[in-house]
Amino acid sequence: MTVSLEAKRAEQPFQFMAASYLIRIGAQPVQTLGELANSLQIGPRESIFYHTFQSLEAHHYTSFSSDFAQWALTACNEAALAEKLAIVDLREIVSLEDLRGILVQIVRDYLKEHPQAAERRAFEAFYFCEAREVTVPSGSPAWTLAELAEGIRHLGHQSLHYHFINSRLRLQLKTNDFSYWIEHSLNHPWLAARLNRIDFYNDTLDDLRQDILAILEPQEGR
Amino acid sequence: MSTTEVAKPVLPVLQDYAAIVGEPEITELRELARRLAGRHAKMVNSTAVGGGVAEILNRLVPLMEEVNVPTRWEVITGGEKFFHITKAFHNALHGAPYEGAADWFDTFLATNEENRRRMQFDEDFVVIHDPQPLALIAQRDSRPSHWVWRCHIDLSNPNEQVWDFLKPWVDRYDASLFSSPQFTRGLRIPQYLFFPTIDPLADKNRELEAVFVRGVLEQFHVDPARPILTQISRFDRLKDPVGVIRAYRLVKRYEDCQLVLAGGSATDDPEGAAVLREVEEAAGGDPDIHILNLPPWSHLEINALQRGSTIVIQKSLREGFGLTVSEALWKKKPVVASAVGGIPSQVIHKLTGMLVHSPEGTAYQIRFLLANPSFAKALGENGHQHVKEHFLLTQNLRRYLTLFLVLLEGD
Repeated sequence: MTVSLEAKRAEQPFQFMAASYLIRIGAQPVQTLGELANSLQIGPRESIFYHTFQSLEAHHYTSFSSDFAQWALTACNEAALAEKLAIVDLREIVSLEDLRGILVQIVRDYLKEHPQAAERRAFEAFYFCEAREVTVPSGSPAWTLAELAEGIRHLGHQSLHYHFINSRLRLQLKTNDFSYWIEHSLNHPWLAARLNRIDFYNDTLDDLRQDILAILEPQEGR
Repeated sequence: MSTTEVAKPVLPVLQDYAAIVGEPEITELRELARRLAGRHAKMVNSTAVGGGVAEILNRLVPLMEEVNVPTRWEVITGGEKFFHITKAFHNALHGAPYEGAADWFDTFLATNEENRRRMQFDEDFVVIHDPQPLALIAQRDSRPSHWVWRCHIDLSNPNEQVWDFLKPWVDRYDASLFSSPQFTRGLRIPQYLFFPTIDPLADKNRELEAVFVRGVLEQFHVDPARPILTQISRFDRLKDPVGVIRAYRLVKRYEDCQLVLAGGSATDDPEGAAVLREVEEAAGGDPDIHILNLPPWSHLEINALQRGSTIVIQKSLREGFGLTVSEALWKKKPVVASAVGGIPSQVIHKLTGMLVHSPEGTAYQIRFLLANPSFAKALGENGHQHVKEHFLLTQNLRRYLTLFLVLLEGD
């Protein structure tokens, strides 16, 4: 006998959280690309995460979704470096320390080729920021995929960000809260993997919600 | 003076915003606030009417009350000399020269002390807005309340004499709030990013009937059939109204346009009348320049003027945030604005508006937009969405609730 995904009840429920973020601004501004390389090397990992992942909702109106890439372009006028920083494939990276190392290497390699760019003052300083996160349990727990999809429909933007994007900080960048629950509590690793393949890096949060529901909803009807 | 003494019109309730920001955002605001139940807050600033801070507090405080975080708004009092001094501080913190008399710092502290003596600080969270009431923190005692300084000013290039006087007071706070990372001063206390916001349901921003907009234009003798360029701001030299007239004259060589300069004054700004005279003199009796010195309750008229405009200008020389930009973007207007203060957070060049650096540049971009109306329309549409994501009142409420929770957890 087979049980449809819709009807399958999880071993543990999924608890939605209402999340909210406060952005803390670092005290030391970065004025040059040389300083950026140094700050990337020693800055808090939360800042690396914030500038790579946190600003995604604003992506419609910037050329790149990485803040480092955007700054290299608009404040330093270094388009080639900006492109290198922007195209880092985050799916291939499984830790923030790895991400830090890659970003530092990109900037240092670029500055070796363009040493004159290292000390040139940017039009506008870059401030390393990090997000302070506050969460509270929200809504009814989900026991089935249908209940998960219904909950996702009613999540605010910051809470969607918390479960699908910021969760990567907690889960060492490998997955997201929804995929983790689907894999471990519903025992459907293929569906979890499919959800985790969504290219959220080029989505707005509303697009992301639709992409998630587009994957979950056919399962509801099976 | 407290909120109970400020006239209270019928205000929207939190649920009314669901139609704009979505039901989930409203539900989550209530859930966050539930964790603060029983906590009290106080907001202190220096004027009950006029200016962006008073406008924000007018709308924010009732919503804080509604989510069961009772919030008392108090306004400090001070004589003409005090506000003359604080205006000089304001300008100096924006980078202008400071030529204060020897007793000004003492007068500033004495007025703060007078206010401190008549005020009580029993709340869990005290938020002090801008430098005028900064020294009220002298009241801080051993109670476990949390004091926050909300700086609405661009501190990126302050006059050192004034900043050196104020900084020791700032250092006594638990946290500081700035409208842009570029405004910060590398403080030892935590610095948080807090965008100012507009209320989409306020008279100044809500939808208006086209017939009402037209009626307001006619009331002020503005011709709706010709291009209307508008700057809404206090009559303040830092808003560069004379520079706007210069830009208008450059555009006028090519386009038969009109200019509206509409604003008022605030009780904490003694320079307004002098600046208004300078503007009238610069206009030189041009019948197509409409200088409107409006009373503080003219929200519907300002709304109508913005909605009736072809292009909205904000050519500030210095700016805290420039909420009038978000107001215009919310109304889907193409905006030409200076790349100063918090304006670049709102106007992303060629995507949500046009950034400029001079009267000549302002004129150039106005001419470009007048010649390319479909591009101008797209800027307005993008701008509306950008404001919806970042600069609406409900986000301000969320940031304060989050701040208070972070303070309780300890930073």
